[in-house]
Amino acid sequence: MATEVSRPTSRRAPRQQIGLIEWLRKNLFSTWYNAIITVILLYLIFQTVTSFVAWMVTAPGWPAAFTNIKLLLTWTYPVEQLWRPQAAMALVLLLLGLSSGLWGGIVRMVAFGAAAVSVLLGFVAFTFPDLPGQTSLPGWLFMFLCAGLLVGGDQAARWIGVKLRWPLIVAWLLSYPAVILILRGGLGLPIVETKLWGGLILTLILAISGIVLSFPLGVLLALGRRSSLPVIRIFCVLYIELIRGVPLVTVLFMGALLLPLFLPGGESIDALVRAIVAVTLFSAAYLAENVRGGLQSIPKGQIEAARALGLNVVQTTLLITLPQALRAVVPVLVGQFIALFKDTSLVVIIGLVDLLGAAQNIVGQPEWLGTPGGVWRETFLVIAAIYWVFSFTMSRISKRIEDQIARSRH
Amino acid sequence: MAAGSPPLPSGKVTIPFYRDTRIIAIIVQIVFAIAVAALLWYLYSNMMNGLRQANLLPTFAFLSVPSGFPIAESVIPYDPSMTYGRAFVVGILNTVRVAGIGIILATILGLILGIARLSDNWLLRNVALVYVEIVRNVPLLLQLIFWFSLTRLFPRIQESIDVGGLLFLHNRGVTLAWPQAANDFDVWMVWVYGGIVVGIVYYVVRRIQFARRDRPGVALPQALLIAFGIALIGFFTTYFAYGSWPVSLSIPELQRFNFVGGITVTNSFAALLVGLVIYTAVFIGEIVRSGILAVSKGQREAARALGLTPGQTMRLVILPQALRVIIPPLTSQYLNLTKNSSLAVAVAYPDLFYVANTINNQTGQAVPVILMLMASYLSVSLLTSLFMNWYNRRIQLVER
Repeated sequence: MATEVSRPTSRRAPRQQIGLIEWLRKNLFSTWYNAIITVILLYLIFQTVTSFVAWMVTAPGWPAAFTNIKLLLTWTYPVEQLWRPQAAMALVLLLLGLSSGLWGGIVRMVAFGAAAVSVLLGFVAFTFPDLPGQTSLPGWLFMFLCAGLLVGGDQAARWIGVKLRWPLIVAWLLSYPAVILILRGGLGLPIVETKLWGGLILTLILAISGIVLSFPLGVLLALGRRSSLPVIRIFCVLYIELIRGVPLVTVLFMGALLLPLFLPGGESIDALVRAIVAVTLFSAAYLAENVRGGLQSIPKGQIEAARALGLNVVQTTLLITLPQALRAVVPVLVGQFIALFKDTSLVVIIGLVDLLGAAQNIVGQPEWLGTPGGVWRETFLVIAAIYWVFSFTMSRISKRIEDQIARSRH
Repeated sequence: MAAGSPPLPSGKVTIPFYRDTRIIAIIVQIVFAIAVAALLWYLYSNMMNGLRQANLLPTFAFLSVPSGFPIAESVIPYDPSMTYGRAFVVGILNTVRVAGIGIILATILGLILGIARLSDNWLLRNVALVYVEIVRNVPLLLQLIFWFSLTRLFPRIQESIDVGGLLFLHNRGVTLAWPQAANDFDVWMVWVYGGIVVGIVYYVVRRIQFARRDRPGVALPQALLIAFGIALIGFFTTYFAYGSWPVSLSIPELQRFNFVGGITVTNSFAALLVGLVIYTAVFIGEIVRSGILAVSKGQREAARALGLTPGQTMRLVILPQALRVIIPPLTSQYLNLTKNSSLAVAVAYPDLFYVANTINNQTGQAVPVILMLMASYLSVSLLTSLFMNWYNRRIQLVER
């Protein structure tokens, strides 16, 4: 007997229409103390915004940051070699574009976001003067090229398809040494000594080195801390807790003072390498703790199942636990990268000139001495904005990845 | 037994030692230990060789030599004729001072921020959010340098910026009104001590009662209330008995060249403190917020259904549970604040790192200085985490 089942006519729940007045009453004036808070805050916001805008319009120091944009970005990197940072950046963005086409998802969001920002910066860069003796592309053209590489890479990768997967992974692995090679020179390229490096480039190099180079060490330390062999475990615990117990400045200080003593002929190690070694050793301890968190989140059944299938300890770690643990800690690692990106500003204290150092130097330039009150507010505001945009964007990306992982668990 | 399975070997099975995991484990550990020791020895001998050639063999003898450099501010008496050891102690105390005050202020501001982020007032919630997002995405060092540069704009002492008559900003520092013991202070202190004693007695008695009845209970808030209450009663009683307050607010007054009354802190200290507090409060605020959110809604509803008032719900149900989530990350924020105070070197506040750096520059004794520096930070970190772990264990859920 077949019964005709008619779909029940469903209606949506009536939408709650809230008028403006109702919204205000509910969200701003629900109680007497909320009303007081709202009025006080409105007054304060009005005061702050109007005085800030008034200051921004009349502030005399903006030229300090904008005429020195080259110093902020690259510090004393030779003008005639500026095509090299551009090439390095183009290389990375091309890889990002290709990855976007291949993997989609968050990578695509990042790539297209970067492309949009590049176009925007391209328009801003129209106003920047060309530098004398510049052989690189003008800023605006380069930024448009970057956007093109991102979008073009995305399209190309979609056209090529999955074949690209392994070459791309290998290319990413090689990109770090390649970027260093392009910037520093060698293999026929003229050498640009690292003491000429600085500004935003240096900040980025320190932060990226800190994460990339500390990765193997950090993973080993995390595994060692969970090892059943007491000697190895104790060593790892001591290392991790020792580093986490002292401030980064102390570690940088050690890198600057002790590293040259530890190695024969160590005085010739340049300051950047010392800083990178210190940042790497520091970052590894924190990375180890993050990875350990990921390792602990893996259910024991996974390991037991792997062992039951006949995998040995090394295979279980490399094929079963580590991949899952690393995937789970990606958002935390992005968080660590943000922290490192901000913390690298401490290299100013050991005499390197990163973004903050460059700003401090510009503020001290004799030509701004006549400006009443100095130009530090405007200059620091500009670099604060640069730091902010980078950190904020990365924290949003991290949040997205986290949400995605949480969703895929259900 | 399944047919076709290989017959079990009879008699004793001997595993060759190179396949015995127990023996492999021992060998691996020995090799690892030897490798680490060899590496450390290699680094150590290189260092000693280098230092011997430079005639700078590490020694702690410099600690008893007069330092010869002035330190701008100090908790204990200090002048350049005192030793390097004394200078180092001054540095430690300065770090403890800024970190201690910073932790208290950052906790208060963080608590306010965390609650503001959960307010049902849309404007307040979003103002707090904007504050959080701005502050946490800009490097602390940049913020410190910003605040310090701001203090450079303060006018001469004669033209101090007057904030409500209680706070004065000038190029020599920040002068603020401060409570001061008045004539009848000693009389009031009797009340204060009495309050403390009564509070302790109450606490101990209640604890013994709880232990006897074998049920949990809260005694500390009431004990504190009693102690405060008695102190407060004493405060007013003293006023009515003698006609003047036992504690007076010392309001700074500008004399010809200086302020008299109140207390003055240096601009370095003020900038460092403001920077550290504003930065750390953001992270504490987020911890408080997530701690309160971590208590499930059902708990609040159940408490209300049982007839507890909103105040009781917050005090007896939400906060104790939120505290369990809050304490461990709060500990690491306190440690971060302490470690971040080493950035004082950028605002010329003579903290531990600043003093150590100066000592190193003068004596060239990098190795002992770094050892002392690291030992000091490690002990501060260790003490803080020991205390917080003790407190954490006390408030953790006791499962039966």
